[in-house]
This record gives sequence, C-alpha cells and structure tokens, in this order.
Amino acid sequence: MTESLYAPEFARLTSVQPMTELEKLFTVELPGGKSLGHGPGQFVMLSIPGVGEAPISITSSPSRSNGTFELCVRKMGDVTGALHGLQAGAMVGIRGPFGHGFPIDEMRGKDVLFAPGGLGLAPLRSLINQVLDERADFGRVIILYGTKRSAEFLFRDELDEWAARADVECLVTVDRGEDDWSGNVGVITTLFPKISVDPHATVAITCGPPIMYRFVLMEMLGKGISENHIYLSLERRMKCGVGKCGHCQINGLYCCQSGPVFTYDQIKNVPEAL
Amino acid sequence: MSLSVLKKGAIAPLVSGLMADYTVHGPQAKRSMFAFAPLTDAAELRLDYNTSILSPKTVLQPPREKLATMHLGETPAVESNVEAEPMVIFGVHTCDLRAIQLLDRVFSVDYPDAHYIARREQTLVVSLECLKPCDEHSFCKDMGTLEANGGYDLHLTDIGDAYAVHVGTEAGAALLEKCADAHEATTDDVKRLEATLGAKWPRFQSRLDFDAGELPALLATAYEHPLWEELGERCFACGSCTNVCPTCYCFNVTDTISLDLSESVRERSWDSCQLDEFARVADGHNFRQARAARQRHRFFRKGKYIYEQQGMLGCVGCGRCIRTCLTHINIVDGFNTIHRSKQEVGR
Repeated sequence: MTESLYAPEFARLTSVQPMTELEKLFTVELPGGKSLGHGPGQFVMLSIPGVGEAPISITSSPSRSNGTFELCVRKMGDVTGALHGLQAGAMVGIRGPFGHGFPIDEMRGKDVLFAPGGLGLAPLRSLINQVLDERADFGRVIILYGTKRSAEFLFRDELDEWAARADVECLVTVDRGEDDWSGNVGVITTLFPKISVDPHATVAITCGPPIMYRFVLMEMLGKGISENHIYLSLERRMKCGVGKCGHCQINGLYCCQSGPVFTYDQIKNVPEAL
Repeated sequence: MSLSVLKKGAIAPLVSGLMADYTVHGPQAKRSMFAFAPLTDAAELRLDYNTSILSPKTVLQPPREKLATMHLGETPAVESNVEAEPMVIFGVHTCDLRAIQLLDRVFSVDYPDAHYIARREQTLVVSLECLKPCDEHSFCKDMGTLEANGGYDLHLTDIGDAYAVHVGTEAGAALLEKCADAHEATTDDVKRLEATLGAKWPRFQSRLDFDAGELPALLATAYEHPLWEELGERCFACGSCTNVCPTCYCFNVTDTISLDLSESVRERSWDSCQLDEFARVADGHNFRQARAARQRHRFFRKGKYIYEQQGMLGCVGCGRCIRTCLTHINIVDGFNTIHRSKQEVGR
C-alpha cells in the first residue's frame, strides 16, 4: 500500500459565482471530468495548497453532476478565505466524497419536509434537487427556509423556481424584515404552523447553525414525525474525514463516519450532538 | 510457538547484529528517566528501565510525519509520501504492547492508513515481561496488560542469568535463528520461567477498586458527575496527558508551502483533545469548550468510546498521564471516584 489517504487530487474550479456578501458557489471539475460519485449529504475535504484543508458539504445533486460538482462556501476561516480569493481556472485539492449522507432510497414514497436555516441549505440542496429530479418517487415536497436577512438567501433562482412549482410547497422567512421585504418575518419555527403534515408519511430534514436544531426539532416532533424519520446534518472540525484524527468526535461517534447525516433517534441521547 | 533461552550476555551481540539491518529503537537513559530512541550502540539499551517518558507510539506514529506533497506550477501533481524503513522496537513493556495492538486496529479498520501500515509491516516488536511495577502509578494489573496477549515477534522474560524468549511469529523465529547463542529451552528453563512468572504477580498491586471491564458501563452512568468540573478547574489544558499516552492517536493535518511556492507539503502531527481549538470550527463555535468537558472526553475515550469502536479499552494502565500531569490529575483516582459514587447511590 503506497497511496496516502491524505493525498488530495487536483481539481479545477470551472466557475466561481458570488451568491451573497459571504457566500460563493464554486463549480469543481475532477481530472478528465470524472464523476465524484457522491450521494446527497456527503462532503469533500477541500484544500488550498499552502493554506490547509477543510470539510465542505457538496451542494449539487448527484442527479445533476455533468462531470462537475458544486460547493457553496461561506468565507469564514483560513481555507474558505483563500478559496474566496480564487478565480475560475484555479486548482484546488479534493479528497472524498466522505461520510454517511441522506438515505434517499428510504425516503421514496414519503412526503419530504426540508427545513434548512441559512447556510444549512447548502447540504440539503443536494437532496432537494435529487428529489425534484425524481419527483414521481416522492409524495409532497415541502421546503421551509429561513435566513437572518433577505440578502442572505442562497440559491435565489432555485428558491423562486421551487416556489413557482405546483408540486412543491416552499415557504421562506427572515429573522429581521427590511424595507424591501414583504414576506414572512420571524425565525424558521414561525413557518411550521403554516403547514400541516401527515406525520406517518413524512420524513423531515434539517441543517443550520447549532442554535437552530433544538427549536426546529421541537416543531418536527410536535408535528408527530417519528424520531427515526428526522434527519440532521451536523458540522464539526475535521482533519482527516476517515475516522482517525479524532477532531469531529461527538461523544462516541465520529461525525465523518457515522454522519454528517444522523437521524434524531441516533443522536437524541448523545449529549454533545446538539 | 517455541520457547528458547538466551544468555544475558548474548543480548548485546544480538542487538548489534540487528542494527546492521534495522533501525533498532530501544529504551535508553535520558537524564534521570528513560526514553525510546534509535540505538547507536547496543550498550545504550537499558532493559532494566522502569517506564519511558514517551511510549513506543513515537516510533509507529511519529510526532510529525509527511503525508503528501502537492507539486504546484505548470503541471500540478500530488505525490503520496508513504515512507518506511525496517525497524525493531526492542524491550517493549506489555502495557505498551497492548497499545500497539490498539493502534494496529485503529489504523487498519475502515480506511487503512498506508503511512502507519507501511511502517508497522516493516517493524519487529521484541517485548519484555514486566517483573515489578514501574512505580506507584502503574496500574497495568488492573487493565489486564501485565502479560502479553500476542502482538510480539519475540517476547523476553528475565529468568536470572538469561532471558526466556517466546517466539511469537515466523519473523521472530528468523530473527532468533541468526543468534548462535540461543538454545531451545530445557525442562529446567521452563521451570525457572514458570517460577519467575508465578512470583511476579504479588509484586503488583491493584489500584482500581473494581474490574476494568466495568468501565464502559460505569462511565455511561457518570456523564454528569461533579468530578468533571473539579478536574476542569485544575486542568491547564496543556495536552501533556495525551502526548505521553500510548493509545492517544488523534492528529492534526497541516499544509506548508515552500518558499519558492513550488510545492505544498502536507504533514500530520500529534494533536490533543485537551487543547482549546481541537473541536472549534471556523466561525468560532467550539463544540467542546469547557476544560471539564475536555477532561471528561479523555476519560470517556479511555474507558468507553474506544472500547465501543475497537473492542479494546483505550487505557493500558501505563500510568504516564498520571506521572506527567502538572496538576496531579489521576485517571485511576477519577475512575475510583466515579465507582464510589455509584456504590453510594446503590446503597
């Protein structure tokens, strides 16, 4: 064995699009246009030579790969800061895909309720678009999305598209309404009373800032959705992605191996999870 | 496998012979203590050492090692840096031997780690039976590591003027064959070995008040124990306990660019769950901020989490974390405190 688990592969940024003040969408092409072969909810380890490596969720759906994949990244730390300084054509390092993503096959035939907050839309979008591409396999598709301000909405075009579709129920909210905003004002939990779900036919999925989970979970559980039908994608510091380095450990679980997607049932008794 | 006998005077020539073909790491005096380091002279080997400051983990998982090189420029390319040389670790105590068995498992399961495995495959382990405790902090007897359970190529037991040598693997047998002075154990030798082994156990005291096998279940009841706050207040978060631990394998990965910008080198280095930034993400959120929570994490890894993942306890009873702690945090006392609380609740 001579191949290092930690040696990335060089990949090219084919497009860099600004999305908000803090987020950009990066389209990445592996050598020879080969497929990343990811499932929805998985992540890659992205590196910038000389700067370092960070785990980034894959935002594009496997059903729309076209030989590239997309990463929606907030400018936040060293690696993401350097990434934001790159232009299309630049090379980055990629390892992965890693982790346990969303079990889409177990969701077929069910109603699917998505409730991402802020940047939490990035990992969920990989599943949303796959569900929409295989629309006939699923029951109702409900998307509840909240951000702090309307300027922070990610994937605006797709949000508009989803809102316009007759077979998608899409509601959005902002924590603070500004002058140009005429929609719902309030945190994401204020959207839940606006929808009714059949709890036995519904799977619910959330991802967002650490503070959000507890409240969104209360809403989901309050609707009667069972604990093993609620999925969460969690964020942790990661240095290897392969269950060795110890950084992402959530009590006895490695987020990079058992997660980043967990059912609520899996983590409800894991105190460090939420 | 077979049992042989090697006169004590034959150890130095054996080690000298090995040094021709292998880098031989062995315990050597370092000021008032001992440390594993490559031998430059067989006479440096101190099989009478008590414990070493760092464990032989340093040999198999070096404190810093190169993983990969990203060559930049016109045609970027990535090179895996999997480097290993033939090595012998000579004189490994049985607690550290168990720790190597754990590392073997950690670095082989799921995603095999080529760096560790390549090094391990070229490493012979010569272990050493402990006949007396290293000091008052050893609790190997409690952790079931006072005798070897495989994992060695050769295993030595001091039987007076000679070592009884148990051959654990064919590689070990081949190594011993090179040694002209070794002879097969006689009935008398076997008797001496049995007498030595029988006499050693009373010299070791139990320090844990309960069976170590109960640790995972015991800790499951102790997540909210006041002990963690108490330890958190004392802990300096210096990371010494995890540095000296033979089973702490957590690491950091860093990329460093060369001055001429021609390449970026990826290295890993030992890391510690006791350090503030260990679980901190880029936006500043720290998933294990309190020192109390970090100490609890260490105790739980040693007594519960690693057991659940690998089927082996994460503590081998070497006592190094106790010896090194500036503020006298004692893992045995901690386990006993939790056990006492449970007894009191049960009463």
